Amino acid sequence: MDLFTEGEPIHDTRAPDGPIEERWDQRRFGGKLVNPANRRKLSVIVVGTGLAGGSAAATLGELGYRVKSFCYQDSPRRAHSIAAQGGINAAKNYRNDGDSIQRLFYDTVKGGDYRSRESNVHRLAQVSVEIIDQCVAQGVPFAREYGGLLDTRSFGGVQVSRTFYARGQTGQQLLLGAYQALERQVAAGTVEMFTRHEMLELIVIDGVARGIVARDMVTGEIETHTADAVVLASGGYGNVFFLSTNAKGCNVTATWRAHRKGALFANPCYTQIHPTCIPQSGEHQSKLTLMSESLRNDGRVWVPVAKGDTRAPGDIPEDERDYYLERRYPSFGNLVPRDIASRAAKSVCDEGRGVGPGGLGVYLDFAEAIARLGRDAVANKYGNLFEMYERITGEDPFEVPMRIYPAVHYTMGGLWVDYDLQSTIPGLFVIGEANFSDHGANRLGASALMQGLADGYFVLPNTISDYLSGGPFEKVGDDHEAVVAARKTVTDRIERLLSIDGDRTPDSFHRELGALMWEYCGMERTDEGLRKALDRIRELRTEFWGSVKVPGENEELNQALEKAGRIADFFELAELMCVDALHRAESCGGHFRAESQTPDGEALRDDENFAYVAAWEYTGEAPVLHKENLEYENVKMVQRSYK
Amino acid sequence: MGMKLTLKIWRQKDGADKGRMVPYELEDISPDMSFLEMLDVLNERLILDGEDPVAFDHDCREGICGMCSLVIDGTPHGPQRATTTCQLHMRHFQDGDVITIEPWRAGAFPVIKDLVVDRTALDRIIQAGGYVSAPTGSAPDAAAIPVPQADAHDAFDAATCIGCGACVAACPNASAMLFTAAKVTHLGLLPQGQPERYGRVTAMVAQMDAEGFGGCTNTGECTAVCPKGIPFETITRLNADLLTAARRS
Ligand code: SF4
Ligand code: FES
Repeated sequence: MDLFTEGEPIHDTRAPDGPIEERWDQRRFGGKLVNPANRRKLSVIVVGTGLAGGSAAATLGELGYRVKSFCYQDSPRRAHSIAAQGGINAAKNYRNDGDSIQRLFYDTVKGGDYRSRESNVHRLAQVSVEIIDQCVAQGVPFAREYGGLLDTRSFGGVQVSRTFYARGQTGQQLLLGAYQALERQVAAGTVEMFTRHEMLELIVIDGVARGIVARDMVTGEIETHTADAVVLASGGYGNVFFLSTNAKGCNVTATWRAHRKGALFANPCYTQIHPTCIPQSGEHQSKLTLMSESLRNDGRVWVPVAKGDTRAPGDIPEDERDYYLERRYPSFGNLVPRDIASRAAKSVCDEGRGVGPGGLGVYLDFAEAIARLGRDAVANKYGNLFEMYERITGEDPFEVPMRIYPAVHYTMGGLWVDYDLQSTIPGLFVIGEANFSDHGANRLGASALMQGLADGYFVLPNTISDYLSGGPFEKVGDDHEAVVAARKTVTDRIERLLSIDGDRTPDSFHRELGALMWEYCGMERTDEGLRKALDRIRELRTEFWGSVKVPGENEELNQALEKAGRIADFFELAELMCVDALHRAESCGGHFRAESQTPDGEALRDDENFAYVAAWEYTGEAPVLHKENLEYENVKMVQRSYK
Repeated sequence: MGMKLTLKIWRQKDGADKGRMVPYELEDISPDMSFLEMLDVLNERLILDGEDPVAFDHDCREGICGMCSLVIDGTPHGPQRATTTCQLHMRHFQDGDVITIEPWRAGAFPVIKDLVVDRTALDRIIQAGGYVSAPTGSAPDAAAIPVPQADAHDAFDAATCIGCGACVAACPNASAMLFTAAKVTHLGLLPQGQPERYGRVTAMVAQMDAEGFGGCTNTGECTAVCPKGIPFETITRLNADLLTAARRS
């Protein structure tokens, strides 16, 4: 059987033609509006309360729509955007250092290794400036200069200082801003909040999204919620790897269920692997913790020259150390972009020169910085990160070099959307990390927060009105056959999971799937490895449905049942990721195919054959590939080099 | 060789159940495990033994989402200061230890199951006024209003509250004063928070009372367990604002 077939190409028909800097204005002007009196009669479901979902639900509520907001946590404030550390980009040019919307646009397209859509990225850069205004007005306590003005720093290998930040907790502060705006709307009665609720199915009627099936995670009740439009803001799917920097509950179910109902899934193989995470300490490991990238400004990365050198780091003399980033990339050194630093760490560990348990780690050494700047200066800059490291590892980075290793951090792929952020199912919109739209094959630092808030505060609330202006929509009753059928899919699946009563726990399957994906669809992918992974994933999936053990019943808080349902969807996604990675025989951004590299081991793009978005259609068997050609009119495609 | 431990865990089937402490023996626990990973080990075993695994709240497992919530040996978030339950590691325990694990206990936080409690009362306190009314699109340029660095700094310190509710669990009166004061302080220190400052404090405190949280009697247990070190002075600030609000009205 073929792994996939190719169907008709797909196009974004919503971005206006004409000069790129005028397209967003034109689209807003071209879109129809809904008059304020009618908004009250229109309802929107928003799934997820991170930066994208929280800001969207709040803004739609302010506009007067009737909003239902869902999250699986006990409070919308806990969505995983809360954990973002570094900062948020905006082309404010407060520094007068040559920044502009054009430059942010250019940096983002280049950083994405020329695999994103120009119109969307340009709009993102435009909207970035409004985001900072909005957040400051809400009381987000950004870092300030002595004079009281906003401070910025540079981030992720760009040459301007455009990253706004709130110490190492920027995501937390931005999310609390959105959360507070959301709670204000809950109090105002425009938003109804459903916490501890998980979306398990999309309701589609006559090809149009009309609601969701959700499980009340406390009582187990299966509820159907209908609305005039559905917005998915359910985040990324990095937890397919089991170990990632994502929160434990992050999952693909909302987007995957929509995919099964007809929404195309774009570029699923684009995964961002972050180079500076704390390595795994043993079999029991349940998640990985990121250490801010800023540490690479002063830390030097090295491993022993000799294989299997088990001496303590302090006993290894200078000339027996390999500062491999400085050696291989003399001009960027320890500051090469994320994908490059990650791969380099993997290759030295593959050579048997890794350090720490299992040889899966490299040193990030501050000895030189401490000698040069003094202990106090280093403590000032990185003190809280050092403490976090010590809390987890029990080692003091002032005494012993840190050990770091790459970990899955973000997924650039997601549901395909047009310029309006609408998926291929009319009435279904997808925002934030859940869509594929802005980061191409690699996301730049401090751009995830920017995209989440751009989508939620400014883009979606404007574009969704064009769709909603098509109302009033026919009312859908709970007894509609499509609603009944969607509910039945959910209850059948839950019953099936509970009745298998096998001899393996859900987590044991998830760990095994994650290890497979990490091995074959992680930092380096090959044709042979991906085929092996596909075989093994299918076997494991069959085993899962034959021998998973899910205790208890549906009508209670049942965390094992929640997990099992999510893992079942991860299995299907994993297959699609491998097919996507297999078909994309080039290397680009976070996707490195060993067969496609330059003589000195760098990623080699193949623009002639792969300058497109791969949007996949679900069929139940071999998926169908629809290509969206990427055309670059404003940015010239070049090979990235950091030598 | 790993550690041997005895866990005494609060088990309660649902809100209606009375609940009781149940002992469990664990072997071979690595000192490098986090506290929640140790509970994962127990739950994997319970599932295979056909028993009901222990329900507990958690999500980020890196000390920022505020979801984890265990009272460990009588202390919310356990023995290590300024550390959430999810960041606590087993190297702080000894081989042979007996560890008791209970849920947050407060009238306003009813138990849902085992160690999971309902903390939505905290969201309702925010709904009462824990925000700046700034509808999307209405904002002036971000640089229009300078904020003295020291104020931004102190506002940030208060804003780091993760909404976990440990302060409530530690307080003999089950008061949510520290949580509420953290938000009142964060917004009250910034120019953007001024127009609603006094209405905010009044409404939030009224909601806190309505939810059944107790009053504050300055015991200071809250700051001792707060994983983010929210300072006690925030409560002083709240009280001052409340007084001003009463005078103005
Ligand atoms: S004040 Fe401290 S203990 Fe209370 S909710 Fe906030 S972070 Fe938790
Ligand atoms: S699980 Fe998020 S703070 Fe502990």
